Amino acid sequence: MQKESEIRDPLILGKKSYHDITLDVSKPVEGKANKYWWILFSISFIMFIWGVLSMAYTIGTGIGSWGLNKTVNWAWDITNFVWWIGIGHAGTLISAVLLLFRQKWRMSINRSAEAMTIFGVAQAALFPLIHMGRPWLAYWVFPIPNQFGSLWVNFNSPLLWDVFAISTYFSVSVVFWYIGLIPDFAMLRDRFNEKTSPMKKKLYSFLSFGWSGKAKHWQRFEEVSLVLAGLATPLVFSVHSIVSMDFATSVIPGWHTTIFPPYFVLGALFSGFAMVETLLIIMRKVVNLEAYITIKHIEYMNIIILLTGSLVGTAYITELFMAWYSGVEFEQYAFLNRATGPYWWSYAIMMGCNVLTPQLYWINAIRKSFIATFILSIFVNIGMWFERFVIIVTSLHRDFLPSSWSMFSPSIIDIGIYLGTIGFFFVLFLLYARTFPVIAQAELKTIVKSSGSEYKNKNND
Amino acid sequence: MIRKTVYGIFDDEDVLLNSVKEIKSNNIDIKEVYTPFPVHGLDKALGLKETRMAIAAFVYGCLGITFAGLMIYNIMIIDWPMNIGGKPNFTFYHNVPSFVPVMFECTVLFAAHLMSITYLIKCGLFPGAKSENPDPRTTDDKFLIEFEIEGSTKEVKDLLSKTGASEINEK
Repeated sequence: MQKESEIRDPLILGKKSYHDITLDVSKPVEGKANKYWWILFSISFIMFIWGVLSMAYTIGTGIGSWGLNKTVNWAWDITNFVWWIGIGHAGTLISAVLLLFRQKWRMSINRSAEAMTIFGVAQAALFPLIHMGRPWLAYWVFPIPNQFGSLWVNFNSPLLWDVFAISTYFSVSVVFWYIGLIPDFAMLRDRFNEKTSPMKKKLYSFLSFGWSGKAKHWQRFEEVSLVLAGLATPLVFSVHSIVSMDFATSVIPGWHTTIFPPYFVLGALFSGFAMVETLLIIMRKVVNLEAYITIKHIEYMNIIILLTGSLVGTAYITELFMAWYSGVEFEQYAFLNRATGPYWWSYAIMMGCNVLTPQLYWINAIRKSFIATFILSIFVNIGMWFERFVIIVTSLHRDFLPSSWSMFSPSIIDIGIYLGTIGFFFVLFLLYARTFPVIAQAELKTIVKSSGSEYKNKNND
Repeated sequence: MIRKTVYGIFDDEDVLLNSVKEIKSNNIDIKEVYTPFPVHGLDKALGLKETRMAIAAFVYGCLGITFAGLMIYNIMIIDWPMNIGGKPNFTFYHNVPSFVPVMFECTVLFAAHLMSITYLIKCGLFPGAKSENPDPRTTDDKFLIEFEIEGSTKEVKDLLSKTGASEINEK
């Protein structure tokens, strides 16, 4: 039997037997959706439809329907892309890196965090696709033998590295998620009766791949999970590094800095954890997971946000210092213009939301409060969107000739696509919350005896 | 002689583990153990060999990096060398730093996917496969030891009840 220090707070509250965990995890799947679910779903679905119409309009008319101009030729599309990819990072960090570090608190939240990753990366992948203008030719980004003579992709280009990085990240995340889901789908399958709910029985039989829980299978399962975690860990760090190289390998002042890869990865983890908190604080209420997603889980995540937020703040200041220290006047102007130019307000929002607000987590009462955490997580989400906006738009809008300096303002189509992806994300997440086992119950059952509050109290006697 | 199947059902993984050790020390063959979650030490108690999934993943990873290297070499160096930004692609070793990201991604891609496919095939898991757990409660909170016995089942049943089985069924 595993032992755990008495001083550690329990990760599962209340008197929970193995069967109670089964009941709690299968309840949202077996029951009917409540009013709040339908309200959220309707709003998300309307946003999603608006997004679909905006994307259809973009594909039909062209990229000219966006607010881009010759100077600012990359704006909301790539901002949203980087934002969504960043949000995806926390899921893999929780499921892979925390597995390698044997952090038990990951078990109540890893399933939803991974779902968030997959849905987030799917939203991100939409942006390069529609930005191509002719998405039906998207397969040109792959090195496929073709009839255009020897027209190959360029393996020196960071944009191609991105294709490989994101497709690998997405597909490996899906596989990692699914391997963990198989035993939990089997649990749901065995809960449904063939006679009373034949459709659900069939569905979960299909999804569970005939899992039976044999000793040999569990042994392989554990090794496969560990190796997948080991493989996904460098992916977490490589994907956003490669995304940052889209900028860092260019010659635009404000972009070509070597600090970008670590700075982007930290920012991604920072924003990803904020999004996990936003989602889980709502979800623990809506699907009654208060016993499993406790204030301790939130506090652990807040500590990671405090750490990554402080590191991101250090990166911002390092950038300013390096601009000054480099002695390159164009570089210096780029950063001076960010902070004091026409887009000073976006820089102020970025600094305020990403550097100042996470510092509130030094205060015990704020770090251990659901409401404060929820509000601050929204701030971080907004701040991280503005970070990408600042990097992209303010670096471009003052380009090489003052005659071509311009400003960017989004068109209604830009806004529609962005809100549409938020809608699409929530549509997927809400459907997931009703049909999937939202907690990795098989894994969670292994820690009941060491981290459940009931067992801890028993040991104290 | 007719083969009989005996199921011993347990409520707790520690009791199960002790029972398995006891049964093994009495030289009785266990056909299979079904558990709702991975029980640590069960594979050793049952005398299962170590799984070689990690070795498979390593081999697949080597395959991935070789594939990516050969693909890039053929495309960028052999088939159509290009001069991009004054950095000509006439030799692999001069250009290899910019090929590292794709080679790394292909290593992970191959290792992760091929290992997962191997795992699914080795465990006989595929969409539509029939589940083999004799009792649906084994994915919930019960632990089950399955025996296939020729002749008298008394010895096994006694041993099961002695080591704390909550239910013993015979088929």
